[in-house]
Amino acid sequence: MTTENLNAGMDLDDNTRSELERAGVIVSQVDSLYNWARGGSVWPLTFGLACCAIEMIASATSRFDISRFGSEVFRPTPRQADLMIVSGTVTKKMAPQVVRIYNQMPEPKWVIAMGACAISGGPFKQGYNVLKGIDRYIPVDVYLPGCPPRPEAVLQSLNYLQEKIRTQDIKSDPAFTKGRRQYPVPEFTGKDLEPPYNPEVWQPPANPNDKPLEKATA
Amino acid sequence: MSSATAIAPNYELIQQDGLETSLLEVSMGPHHPSTHGVFRMDVKLDGETVVDLQPVFGYLHRNHEKLAENMSYLGSMPFTDRLDYFNSMTNNWAYALAAEKLVEIEVPERADYLRVIMAELTRLVNHVSLVGFFINDLGALGTPLLYAFREREKILDLFEQASGARMMCNYFRFGGLRNDVPEGWLDRARDVVDHFPVFLDEYEQLLCENEIILSRTQGVGCLSRDLAISAGITGPMLRASGVNYDIRKVDKYSIYDRFQFRVPYTDGNVGDCYDRFMVRMLEMRESIRILKQALDGIGDGPVLGNAPKVFKPKPAEVYGRVEAPKGELGFYLIADGTPKPYRYRVRPPSLINLTVLRDMCLGQKVADAVIILGSIDIVLGEVDR
Ligand code: SF4
Repeated sequence: MTTENLNAGMDLDDNTRSELERAGVIVSQVDSLYNWARGGSVWPLTFGLACCAIEMIASATSRFDISRFGSEVFRPTPRQADLMIVSGTVTKKMAPQVVRIYNQMPEPKWVIAMGACAISGGPFKQGYNVLKGIDRYIPVDVYLPGCPPRPEAVLQSLNYLQEKIRTQDIKSDPAFTKGRRQYPVPEFTGKDLEPPYNPEVWQPPANPNDKPLEKATA
Repeated sequence: MSSATAIAPNYELIQQDGLETSLLEVSMGPHHPSTHGVFRMDVKLDGETVVDLQPVFGYLHRNHEKLAENMSYLGSMPFTDRLDYFNSMTNNWAYALAAEKLVEIEVPERADYLRVIMAELTRLVNHVSLVGFFINDLGALGTPLLYAFREREKILDLFEQASGARMMCNYFRFGGLRNDVPEGWLDRARDVVDHFPVFLDEYEQLLCENEIILSRTQGVGCLSRDLAISAGITGPMLRASGVNYDIRKVDKYSIYDRFQFRVPYTDGNVGDCYDRFMVRMLEMRESIRILKQALDGIGDGPVLGNAPKVFKPKPAEVYGRVEAPKGELGFYLIADGTPKPYRYRVRPPSLINLTVLRDMCLGQKVADAVIILGSIDIVLGEVDR
């Protein structure tokens, strides 16, 4: 990364800055310095759910080499990880564990929903046992479509995530203002998950047919 | 020690030389780096020794069979890809084989050759990745897996050129293949196959006589011949326990009777993790032999037989099976005269091989339970379906 990124959003004219740089001084905002460091060292969780996990592993191997983007340190424990790549089908039996693992991750934390299954249930959406998108329970930062997404796509989603991290503001970021985000763990009641979604992070899409009707009555 | 009994009344106390211990229950998984997916083992430990083990699965139950019973026969072909997601080609084949029995379609010769080529390439992919993961479980983090995936990528490139997808190929059709391979593909395949032994030599040199691997795997997780047979184990695991059984030789499905190859198996005295590892290493050599013969013998011609446009078989029951890299993969179909199967059942090798996990782990150390699981070679997509 160049110093350009470090100086993002600074009111310093170029001459002064280059003069300072020549003297070995880099002037930056805390925000951009912090985001630069965080974005360049996102540690993912070793967390494979289904087929997509294999492509996630492939993205870490020599051909695609995720370490070019600073994310080669896959941590098996959620306590040391920043990024959860939900790589595969989330079933109703597995969803509570996914949320629980998310709750255990320290802030700042991000989530990539990898593959059609994690986004919406994918090819198995019709199934009685498949959760129709992990974003019903935890906030997702990047949606990565594909079945399975290619390893290059995994890298691109990581780039998008880094872009997002670069815009974060320490003062208003929930990671610093609210402390560790924890969401209620759903429970499998024999028929379905209870609650069926977490209203804090997800609302069922409004039915487009509803609106004109409401207007008509009003 | 009465206080300990009061805290945990269910714990069994073991007396040894006047000292008492209580059993420790550990739940390994479903999120565990070495369980190869979402699999849980509830292990009871006495110190480091496994005294009881209960596999818990179903975390990836995706209703495969039920979905397939609600769609057309061909419609579930892409779903078979996702059973054992390392080996989509052999999954396709087993399903196609079963469906072809329902309506008796002739498969053109070129398609048969290509099927064999794809299946054997798949076997290479599976075994090479398995060995990588297995060594990973032993504690050699990364390096062997990186080697394995380097080779895997070369074969996946071939799959991609032929079918358009790296992993989920969806390449087989009833009566042949979806499309012919592109121009020059056979030469590229020959190139990959010719260079594979170079890599295998290196891999074997690094691993087969490695002191650490020998001491970690020999005598660990022994599976006796009798138990293997009565539990219905198939594939490399059965052969490592000393049974000469390979469906490619037994059924001679497709054109496997045209090729010269041997089936590696042991004398059955040990059947430990090392045997299972070595059988797979040797099988890769045999796959290369088959591949060379198939690439030399392949001729021109169509790749899709005259399959009916609407697949509507008469009422019948069929069972089609192939020697998948993990064992016998079979599809059992009951047709009732409609375009959908009345019953669609998968016989997944991973699940049935997993049934002996407890027998193999009892009395072993907990760290070895991880290796034993790795040596079974399971894929949860297939276990849970
Ligand atoms: S999106 Fe496709 S490849 Fe990924 S887990 Fe789902 S079925 Fe498997």
